[in-house]
This record gives sequence, C-alpha cells and structure tokens, in this order.
Amino acid sequence: MTTASSQTRLVTAAYDPLARMSAADWLKRNLFSSVWQTLLTLVTAAVLLRFFWFVLDWGVINAVWVTSDPDVCRAATGACWAVIVEKHRPMLFGLYPYDEHWRLVLMMVIYLVTVVVSLMPRNWNLRFLVPLWLVAAVSIGVLMFGGVLGLRYVPTSEWGGLPLTMLLFTGTVLFGMPVAVLLALGRRAPLPVARGVSVVFIEALRGVPLITILFVAVNVFPLFLPAGVQVDKLLRITIGIAIFFACYQAEVIRGGLQAIPRGQYEAAASLSLTYWQTTSRIILPQALRICLPAITNHIIAAMKNTSFVIIIGLFDILTATTAVMQDPLWRKFYVEAYLFVAAVYLFFGYALSLYARKVEKWIASGRI
Amino acid sequence: MTILKAVIRSVLAGVVAGALGASAAQANSGDTLAAVKARGEVLCGVHPARHGFAAPDSQGKWSGFEVDFCHAVAAAIFGDASKVRFVALSSQQRFPAIQSGEVDVLARNVTATLSRDTALGLNFSPPIFYTGTGFLVRKDDGITKVEDLDGAAICMAPGSTTERNVAQIFAARGMKYTPVVIENNKQLVDAYVTGRCDALTKDKAALPGVRAVDTENPADHVLLPGIYSKEPLAMAVRQGDDQWYDLIKWVVYATFNAEEMGVGQANVDEMKASTDPDVQTLLGVIGDNGTKLGVGNTWAYDIVKQVGNYKDIYMRHFGPDSPVALDRDQNVLWTEGGLLYGLPMQ
Repeated sequence: MTTASSQTRLVTAAYDPLARMSAADWLKRNLFSSVWQTLLTLVTAAVLLRFFWFVLDWGVINAVWVTSDPDVCRAATGACWAVIVEKHRPMLFGLYPYDEHWRLVLMMVIYLVTVVVSLMPRNWNLRFLVPLWLVAAVSIGVLMFGGVLGLRYVPTSEWGGLPLTMLLFTGTVLFGMPVAVLLALGRRAPLPVARGVSVVFIEALRGVPLITILFVAVNVFPLFLPAGVQVDKLLRITIGIAIFFACYQAEVIRGGLQAIPRGQYEAAASLSLTYWQTTSRIILPQALRICLPAITNHIIAAMKNTSFVIIIGLFDILTATTAVMQDPLWRKFYVEAYLFVAAVYLFFGYALSLYARKVEKWIASGRI
Repeated sequence: MTILKAVIRSVLAGVVAGALGASAAQANSGDTLAAVKARGEVLCGVHPARHGFAAPDSQGKWSGFEVDFCHAVAAAIFGDASKVRFVALSSQQRFPAIQSGEVDVLARNVTATLSRDTALGLNFSPPIFYTGTGFLVRKDDGITKVEDLDGAAICMAPGSTTERNVAQIFAARGMKYTPVVIENNKQLVDAYVTGRCDALTKDKAALPGVRAVDTENPADHVLLPGIYSKEPLAMAVRQGDDQWYDLIKWVVYATFNAEEMGVGQANVDEMKASTDPDVQTLLGVIGDNGTKLGVGNTWAYDIVKQVGNYKDIYMRHFGPDSPVALDRDQNVLWTEGGLLYGLPMQ
C-alpha cells in the first residue's frame, strides 16, 4: 500500500507530459483525438452553450429586476427577480412582526460574528469562548423574545425565516455533537450497560425517518405531559432534530475511534492515565481529526435537514417562501423565489465546506 | 430483531393510545374557555399557506377567510379580534394538534365527516364554507358538463378526498377516465396548463385562482358548472367541552344572522339603535345571550364591528376584486336559496 503510493508520486514528479504541451496539442489529444471524440466534444459544447445562453437570456438579458407590478413581470420573457425584492422580508423573516424585523437583522449579525470569531483557531480558548457564547445567547434571546427593555414580546410560534433556520441548525449541532461523542464512546465503552444503552438508542433512532421523529416531538410528546404543562414546540423540535443528528454523527465518530491503533490505548494505560484522561487527551483528538471530513459532511446535511420542519408548519426560510409564494399575484414566479432560497443554502453550505477544507489543511500542517 | 421491533411497536402503540385516551378525557366542560381567558389569547390552528383561506401576507400577517373566523372567536371572547395566536398546521398535524390541546380551535380546511366527528373525537361548528369537487377544462375542447369527460385524462392530487370523489363521480355514470396523479401542487397545475390532461380537478374553491393566475389566458378555460361532491368546511373543537363548542357554534351563527338581519361592519353602530328585537338581541342591547355563552354581552356586536358578518368576511377574501374571486354558490343565506341558516338567537 505504502510502496504503491510512493511509487506513483515518484513517477508523476519525474515525467509530466502535459507540462510542455501546446494548446493545440492539448485540444487534439483531449477533445478531438478521434471521430467519436470529436463528435462527443461538439455535442457537449452545443448543449453547454445552449444551457448558458438560456441562463443568460432568461436570467439576465430579459429579466425584470425591480418592479412592484406583477404585470410587468408577466409581460417579460425572462426571470422576475423583482419578486425577491418585493417579497424578501416575509421570505427571510417569516411570520415575525413586520415592524420588528430590525431585531432579526441585529440577531443575525451577532450570530454570524460569534460563529466566525469562534471558528478562528487563535480564539480556541474556553475562557474566551464560553463568555462570548453566553453573551451572544443572552442578547439573541433578548432580541428574539423581547418582553424586556421596551421590546415587544414575540412568542416562538411567530419566529421564522432565516433566523429560525440558523437557530435550528445551531441548536442541532450544539446539542447534537456532545451527545454524539458520548454515544460513540458509550458504544465502545467497557461497561456493558453503557454499551447497551448506546446501541439501542442509536439503532432505534437511526432506524426511523427524521419526519417520524419530528411528528413524535410535535404530536405525540405533548400527549405524555400532564395537563397544563407545555414544552415549547420549537424546543421540542430542536431536541428531536439534534438527537437524530447525534445518532448518525455518533456512528461517524465511532469510525474515527476504531481507526485509532491499539498501541495508543496501551501507551496511555502504561502511563496510568484514567479512562477520561485517555479519552479526552489521547483518543478523541485523534479520532475527531480522522473523521473530520465525514463530520463536516454530516453537519452540512444537518443544515439542509432543518428544512424538514416544513411538514410541521414551522416557518423556516423554505416554508416561509412557500407560504409567501401563495400570493396569487406573484405565484407565477416561484422558480425565482426558490432559486433565491437555494442560493442562501448554497452560501452557508459552501462557507462550511470551505472552512472544513481549511481545518483539514491546518491539521495536515500540524497547526491544530 | 423483528421480534424486538414488534414488541417496541406494540408497546408504543399502547402508550400512544393510552395517552390519547387520557387527553380526550381532559376536555371537560368549561375548561377551554377558562384556559383561553387566562391565557389572554385564542390558539387557532390554520392552514400554513392557502391563499384566500389562510396565508401570511407580504408583511407576514395572517390573512384569509378562516383566519377571520379565528378573529371572530377572539372578538367574541375578549372584545378584541387581535387576541389570536395562529398555529400553522400541516394536514397530517391538524388533528393531533386539536386532540393534544395545542390549539383551542381548528379552522383549517377541515371537511366535517362522521368518522372525524366520532373516531377522532371532534365536534364541528356549522359549516362555514360549502365546496366540493370541481373541474377546470379548456374551452376549445367543447366540454360543458361532467358527462362530456368520458375517457378524459384528469389531473388530481394523490390521497385527497378529491381523488376518491372523482372515482365515485365516474363510477356512478359508468364512465372511464385516466387519472394523472401528481403530489406537488405547482406541478399538478402545470401538468394541466401544459396539456398533459384534459381536466384539472380540485376543490372547487381553488379552481378560480388557478384559472386567473396560472393559465396563460384565463378566458380559454372554464369551470364546469355544479359541485359534484359534498365538502362542507367547518371549524372543529375537541369533544367533551360543551361550553366551548356552544360558543364556537354561535360565533358562526352570529355571522349568518347578522347578514340576514342586514347588520354589517359598515352599519353596525347605527343598527344598535334599531327597534327590531332580533337585532337588539343580536347586538346585546337587550337580553343576556353573552352571559349564557360565558362571554361579554356585546360579543356579537364585537364580531360584526371588528370582523364583519358572513358577507363582509366572504367578500373580503373571495369578492370580485380579489385575485381569487369566487361566486358564493351555496354559500348564501337560506333566504336566497343557499345553505347558510343561522338558528334563532333567542
């Protein structure tokens, strides 16, 4: 295995036929090497050109950018981006009271700053991060709920849009990751009880669809509570999604744990480290590094999974858009509205993968 | 593993059934109204996105026909129509939500049926909207009645009452059809518009909107006259709380009776001076109807003043100026040949 890969590297370094090739050579070699290849190249080029021309024609040349009159859009042959200008507030903020939207803007700024600051390795210091998150959580809570400092009280049932998506996602990861680590450790723990509990928990929850868990959190769970006791719906849903996330993530982390050579455990034992010392100082740091790509993968999936709340009537950005696009005057332009939502998801998803790539580089260079 | 699964399933089923039984017993007479008053707002379950019935507007405010009935309930209880909290419910969620007490009343496109009344433990208000299966067809095809649709391809949503109704309508006439079943509403409408089927069938109340908005040229499409199935939409409450049920029922009757007496949002203050004892009773000038229902005596006045009578509410959302203009059809007073019949309020 090792020999094979080092050989490959050696050969590539010594002989690179592409390095001295002229453009014409390259084209001939790669795109027009035979009749069949030439045909394929031409067809592909035609399809691509047609597609890009359509995108340009529909999305830019004939598009309507700003108008408050849907009839202007109907008359145009291109995209109606005006629908986003016209409806961006209910799409981004859902049912939250219109006059209080500034609170959500402020909340998102605080949230994004906190997250970005926390992701920088130089700030990885609990004495800094814990107070930062406490302050952020309290100020976001005050902004979202209100009821103090002269802010109007807004119940969670009126929260919506992008801030809700962010909160669901953050709650999922913040609750879910520690649970995932515990479940993964439990599944490999020396104690049979811990092992049993973890296995049952993971298998039972992993075996049902997320939709089922959401329904249980929303519809079944309240039936078990004594009369008059209410647990906030948003909280129930966040915990439901987080637990689901944790079960999958636990298996990912278990994969990382299994990749740690026995020697590491034995070396720790010979230093007479306790179980928790071994786990937290030796095993977990290595295991999490190994499975970082898979963890990231799953975190990005979790962000998109928040859109499942559409089936339980929570107004995240996707539900809010669906509801807003019911307006008969603008209904025709739903494609543009959904493209906008897709762009929002893409922005956050891509930012996450870029960051994860960076972290992998840091790990490779030994910086973290 | 299979045995384990079976055991888990039966245990879960038992627990859920037990919990349902327990919660059904929770609704005792008087509980709901007292809880609503203590809370200071009515929790009303609505459709998350059905324009005309319930949908957030451009400012994120709920608006629609069923939304207004929620407002009417709040107006009756608090004298303030704004004291409602709306809970958007998907169609799978709506019944568990009312059973578990997550909402006090359901105004969410619920068709009143026997099994829902009994097995689901609900009580239904008088229907607030009569509708049924309708058909939208292309004018060029020369289809004028449902009998002309023999052999047609028909677009419909899966699992809906509409799907069942179409099967019955065609079976009863000994006709054949090809169902084109599409889940996503937008794709369903597009399938009809692009000519994949000869007719689009949906709840009749939804078709004028499709015609006005989604077709290239609305004049090329016609709605077949007549309604081919019974879909009475009503508000629903939990069984067991008779006082709450009475209140919801009479809120609906009050909107019917106000229209019948000519008392509307525009003239309600003048009508207070009316000498007609029926109007005086309705508006709480004489009598103690409010006290009997457990609310203020001007409850019906507050409904009409703040929300309107049935006609006001209907015209606000389905009137000729609205983008989803809808003829009132059966939704007119019994005195005009319709089905709205408010019981006397003596």
